[in-house]
Amino acid sequence: MKRSTIDLWVGLFVAIGIAAVVFLSLKVANLTPQSADQTYTLYADFDNIGGLKVKAPIKEAGVVVGRVAAIQLDTKTYRARVTLNLEKQYTFSRDASAEILTAGLLGEQYIGLLQGGDPDELKPGEHITLTSSALVLEQLIGKFMTSFTGGNNKNSASAAQ
Amino acid sequence: MSSDHFIEFRNVSFAYGERPILKNISLTIPRGKLVAIMGGSGSGKTTMLRLIAGQIPPSAGQVLVDGRDVAAMNHAELFEHRRRMGMLFQFGALFTDLSVGDNVAFPIREHTRLPESMIHDLVIMKLAAVGLRGTQALMPAELSGGMARRVALARAIALDPQLMLYDEPFTGLDPISLGVIAHLIKKLNDALGTTSIMVTHDVHKSLDIVDYVYFVSNGEIVADGTPEDIRSSPSPWVHQFMWGEADGPVHFAYPASTSLQQDLGLKGSQHD
Amino acid sequence: MTELLLSPLRRLGHSTINAIWRLGFITRFLLAILRYSGQSLLRFNLTIREIYFAGVMSVIIVVVSGLFVGMVLGLQGYNTLSRFGSADALGALVALSLLRELGPVLAALLFSSRAGSAMTAEIGLMKATEQLDAMSVMAVNPIARVVAPRFWAGVISMPILAAMFNVMGIFGGYLIGVVMIGLDSGTFWSQMQNNVDLHYDVINGLIKSLCFGIVVTLIAVFEGYDATPTAAGVSAATTRTVVTSALVILAVDFVLTAFMF
Ligand SMILES: Nc1ncnc2c1ncn2[C@@H]1O[C@H](COP(=O)(O)OP(=O)(O)OP(=O)(O)O)[C@@H](O)[C@H]1O
Ligand SMILES: [Mg+2]
Repeated sequence: MKRSTIDLWVGLFVAIGIAAVVFLSLKVANLTPQSADQTYTLYADFDNIGGLKVKAPIKEAGVVVGRVAAIQLDTKTYRARVTLNLEKQYTFSRDASAEILTAGLLGEQYIGLLQGGDPDELKPGEHITLTSSALVLEQLIGKFMTSFTGGNNKNSASAAQ
Repeated sequence: MSSDHFIEFRNVSFAYGERPILKNISLTIPRGKLVAIMGGSGSGKTTMLRLIAGQIPPSAGQVLVDGRDVAAMNHAELFEHRRRMGMLFQFGALFTDLSVGDNVAFPIREHTRLPESMIHDLVIMKLAAVGLRGTQALMPAELSGGMARRVALARAIALDPQLMLYDEPFTGLDPISLGVIAHLIKKLNDALGTTSIMVTHDVHKSLDIVDYVYFVSNGEIVADGTPEDIRSSPSPWVHQFMWGEADGPVHFAYPASTSLQQDLGLKGSQHD
Repeated sequence: MTELLLSPLRRLGHSTINAIWRLGFITRFLLAILRYSGQSLLRFNLTIREIYFAGVMSVIIVVVSGLFVGMVLGLQGYNTLSRFGSADALGALVALSLLRELGPVLAALLFSSRAGSAMTAEIGLMKATEQLDAMSVMAVNPIARVVAPRFWAGVISMPILAAMFNVMGIFGGYLIGVVMIGLDSGTFWSQMQNNVDLHYDVINGLIKSLCFGIVVTLIAVFEGYDATPTAAGVSAATTRTVVTSALVILAVDFVLTAFMF
């Protein structure tokens, strides 16, 4: 086998390998250049985050606008503090609301944002104040059962607290 | 003192495990001489060459090359020693993944920075010397046994070594090539001042070209001398070896620990 | 009677000592390879040649296997997921199984039986026919000239082959899920993209295959170099390469998975 033929094949091999990695990064992992200077951070506190995970998508009108960066428990209020990494190009008004939703009946959970009408925008590091918690299936069933049996349902809305 | 003794064995013994192969051998080989080592199969001739090349250390005694103990050399010294040495292996040991030309060019490419055109010319010259010009593109698998040995010889002499070790250069050669190769070995020795050690079974051809002969049997030197001494030697060893007699001091058979009858189960005494 | 109890213990002790001894030996061998790697990286055409034999020659088997594994994943995944009404997640399932586990592991298993065994046999035969001896007598270190280029070729080829396996597998899953079963192509890809993370899944998978490349090639060259220089010895060494590689790949995979995910 001639040396130049071998070189050619090996070059092709490596090129296809690099193309495969690029394909995996761009098309499969959807690598959007999300370095720190292209995102900004907002916070949102929830009573109950259900099964929300770090890296879960954040969607506005179904479009992914960012990802969950961290989830912590605020030891003062005992609520879950979720750190949201949002792309710079999307800004939200002060009265935007965040809600934890489920894709499908048993699917993974994500954060749905709903843009408000306030002309003032949320600045990086600020909190989204209007939040609503995840629907926890057991609680849902519990609520349904108690309301069905006509029992007291006055505290069921704040069951998570 | 021993400066003109290029190779010197001082009371060298060697054993593979428990089995002694060489027993207390002492010999000297002067610089620039062509010396033959002869002896029966399995008598330890290849082992002696391996000791000189530093592939194995002696279990006792010293092997000196140019006054330096091979076994005591560090990595760099051994490298230097081997760079100036060429060795023809008993079975050729050509690199099967390289063509004939690349095999001969191998030591040149590894140890020099010569331009490719000059390497090409050198390879052709070396191959021409062994009568195989035009085989550069063949692969070792496409060669006959005798051709492979000659390519191996061309590779061994590629860098014009100061010390050549030939392990049976004549086996597998037709009488004509044998004559040419014997002449080539002699010429290398005379023209380049190479010190050469040749292990061989071909008594008559080698007596024509060598300066000195050692006879080895059972790990010991049993006779030595110049070709004239040998031809007129009264030694029974030499006589048996030169005339290929089955009976004599050299035992044809390997020293087995059980008798033939026992092995064949005729006496049936040693079953376990 | 005590002998009956002691002899298995003694055997266990013996094989343990043997295993540890070999482990130490293989570690020293790796250090020697690294130490003498200069030449194989400086004269890179030596390594390129070995990439051709180890990597390029393994492409066909890796690509075809990847395609079939992806198609099987597509079929089985669809069957299972559709029971829970989440057939949409097929793309994510196929991609994640391949990237995290199947791609690196199966590509490494294929590589060890295709290229690793060939390396062992080649080096073992070079030893048996005194080619390695001839080389060291010519003052050329066989570890630098023969072993190190093969080692680096394996280490370089393995992640490339695993990436090819993954791409073909995903394509196979796409063929089954979208082309044959008729799932929505957009959902297939977007589910995949939403669930596959570049660092967590893609890069970790590549790191895995790099580790597999190191252990598989190391085992292959070591077994060849350590082979008994006879026909039987070389064939035993070749078998050992495939068996040991398979066990070590799975064990290393377990350890890496425990650390990564
Ligand atoms: N690697 C080895 N391990 C154990 N014993 C060996 C080994 N190599 C050679 N021997 C033994 O050493 C003895 C001498 O071997 P050596 O190769 O030196 O013989 P030789 O004189 O070259 O024979 P021949 O003329 O047949 O080539 C032999 O009896 C052989 O059995
Ligand atoms: Mg011999």
